[in-house]
Amino acid sequence: MPDQLVFAMEVILNGLMAGVLYALVALGFVLIYKASGIFNYAQGVMALFAAMTLVGIMKGQVPFAHLINATFGTHIHYFGWNVPALLAIILTMAVMVLLAWAVQRFVMRHLVGQEPIILFMATIGLAYLLEGVADLMWGSEIKTLDVGLPQGINLWIDESTFNIFGYGFFIDNLDIVATVIAALLVAALVAFSQYTKQGRAMRAVADDHQAALSVGISLNFIWVMVWSVAGFVALVAGIMWGTKSGVQFSLSLIALKALPVLMLGGFTSIPGAIVGGLIIGVGEKLFEFAIGPMVGGATENWFAYVLALIFLVFRPQGLFGEKIIERV
Amino acid sequence: MFYREAGDFKVSYVDDSQTFPIKFDRYRYYVVLAVAFGIIPFIINDYWANALLLPFLIYAIAAIGLNILVGYCGQVSLGTGGFMAVGAYACYKLMTAFPDVSMFIHVILAGGITALVGVLFGLPSLRIKGFYLAVATLAAQFFLVWLFNRVPWFYNYSASGQINAPEREVFGIIITGPNAPAWATYLFCLIFLTVCAVIARNLTRGTTGRKWMAIRDMDIAAEIIGVNPLRAKLTAFAVSSFFVGVSGALFFAVYLGAVEVGEVFGIQKSFLVLFMIIIGGLGSIFGSFAGAAFLVLLPVVLKVVGADMLGWPTDIVAHLNLVIVGGLIIMFLILEPHGLAQLWRVAKEKLRLWPFPH
Repeated sequence: MPDQLVFAMEVILNGLMAGVLYALVALGFVLIYKASGIFNYAQGVMALFAAMTLVGIMKGQVPFAHLINATFGTHIHYFGWNVPALLAIILTMAVMVLLAWAVQRFVMRHLVGQEPIILFMATIGLAYLLEGVADLMWGSEIKTLDVGLPQGINLWIDESTFNIFGYGFFIDNLDIVATVIAALLVAALVAFSQYTKQGRAMRAVADDHQAALSVGISLNFIWVMVWSVAGFVALVAGIMWGTKSGVQFSLSLIALKALPVLMLGGFTSIPGAIVGGLIIGVGEKLFEFAIGPMVGGATENWFAYVLALIFLVFRPQGLFGEKIIERV
Repeated sequence: MFYREAGDFKVSYVDDSQTFPIKFDRYRYYVVLAVAFGIIPFIINDYWANALLLPFLIYAIAAIGLNILVGYCGQVSLGTGGFMAVGAYACYKLMTAFPDVSMFIHVILAGGITALVGVLFGLPSLRIKGFYLAVATLAAQFFLVWLFNRVPWFYNYSASGQINAPEREVFGIIITGPNAPAWATYLFCLIFLTVCAVIARNLTRGTTGRKWMAIRDMDIAAEIIGVNPLRAKLTAFAVSSFFVGVSGALFFAVYLGAVEVGEVFGIQKSFLVLFMIIIGGLGSIFGSFAGAAFLVLLPVVLKVVGADMLGWPTDIVAHLNLVIVGGLIIMFLILEPHGLAQLWRVAKEKLRLWPFPH
């Protein structure tokens, strides 16, 4: 087998893994969009917020320590205990539910019935607010996150591919775990929305707000639930990305990466988010591999957007999205 | 009492269609111009120019540009930073290629080049709308920044990858570079802002502006009554990008002097200008000024109050700034979707009836 082909295969595999992570973020968007028609730009910052909260709780940091110290001249930073990962994850989830409630109560409830673009801008504002709060709460330095997920090269794949192709593929264990978790998450979400009472109520709300109201579904409750679920997805994405590249501001930019994924897959489709994520992941890695060296590299920054842009011109609703019909 | 249309009779068509038909508005406009051109240049110093006035003037141009696109034509763009970068790099290439040509011409040409790029990236707006378009403009943002980072021709193969504004003159007065006097840079930007604002004001109350607004309010209906969406949207993109390009050129050449594209013209810049027009007021020229002034002032005030008076570390102040900006955006969208401009309109309404409101 020629070397180039083997390299390309490795690139594709890695691209698939990266695509899974993009899809994970995109899922959060799709959930909120389907249930409330809000395009939640703050999803990435929610992932950052979740990851920072998780690290903070695990290390026993005092929230708002910097602010308290600056105001009262004290020097507190840590409570002095370490929380086990599982408990910390549960506590973080509680924080995310609280956040979901606050967002619903103080922001989205007042904006019901506004144009989608106004809601979108409100979530940009929310993203700024949340980022500031996260930094104030836990400090803005880069943190490492370790909840016990395996990391490093997968030796089994390395060896077995070496035996077949004469060249060992480099696949990160973390990516494999992420793929498994993403698959589980999607399965769980699908099961939730198909087979539980709340999940069905959520789909009803997505279908028609007024009809859902008239059969006795509480919109407020559903929206808090949807934001909580999105918070949960953000937490999972935050753990994955945080373990991979440290908890830092750039984490919130993965939200932007999820946008082209959504445009490819369609805003309203969960399978679309997955397929879109995979296409973007593989596409950008392959493009970087094949064309990148010719044009100076780092094409990953824009390839996804340009691909989505070109795609949109031909099929505005995405691969799996509902057809947009406009009437006067 | 103070603000009224009554008794302000017009006897000619020219009077009737002037930029500010109401006397109070017109006098206020003249007073502002007189102060800006006649008084401030004599009392300005480096600190005031660099901390407040120059960023305000330059951001106001960008905000007017974006407001034309978002506020008047309803096409949301997140690519402002990228387009400002186009203006900056076009200006840089022109400045280094033609050192003897006046800076006025360079900046205007830079705006023109940005307009072309803007039209190119505006083409998808014919097929896609709303936040699909917003995401499409993100493509412009990331692609352009990458382009200026990676293609050495744009930064003249300099080792650092930065661009530095060489010293250039207008009528024998140094405008760019570290030796430029504060009053000269201030006046240079002010002239551009004034001209841009007058152009924008008159465009938006004429045929072109009405077409934009028709497209914004309902594009299909506008198409049916005979507005050509292709022309309306692309002119909005062109005019908007022209202003944004001019502001980018000024931002680089006059204000900063040296630019690293990823830092200065990144996605944050796009959001900043978008926030200016949300806080200031979508679809209002005055709002662009108000929003730019507000968001330029806010960090400075916070820094003075938080860091200098209360002695807080600067990073906390920076984070508080984020919280306040984000909170304000949400507050404005909920309480006053038309921004500061609407508050001004309400104030005028009150002035009109004062002291007998019934």
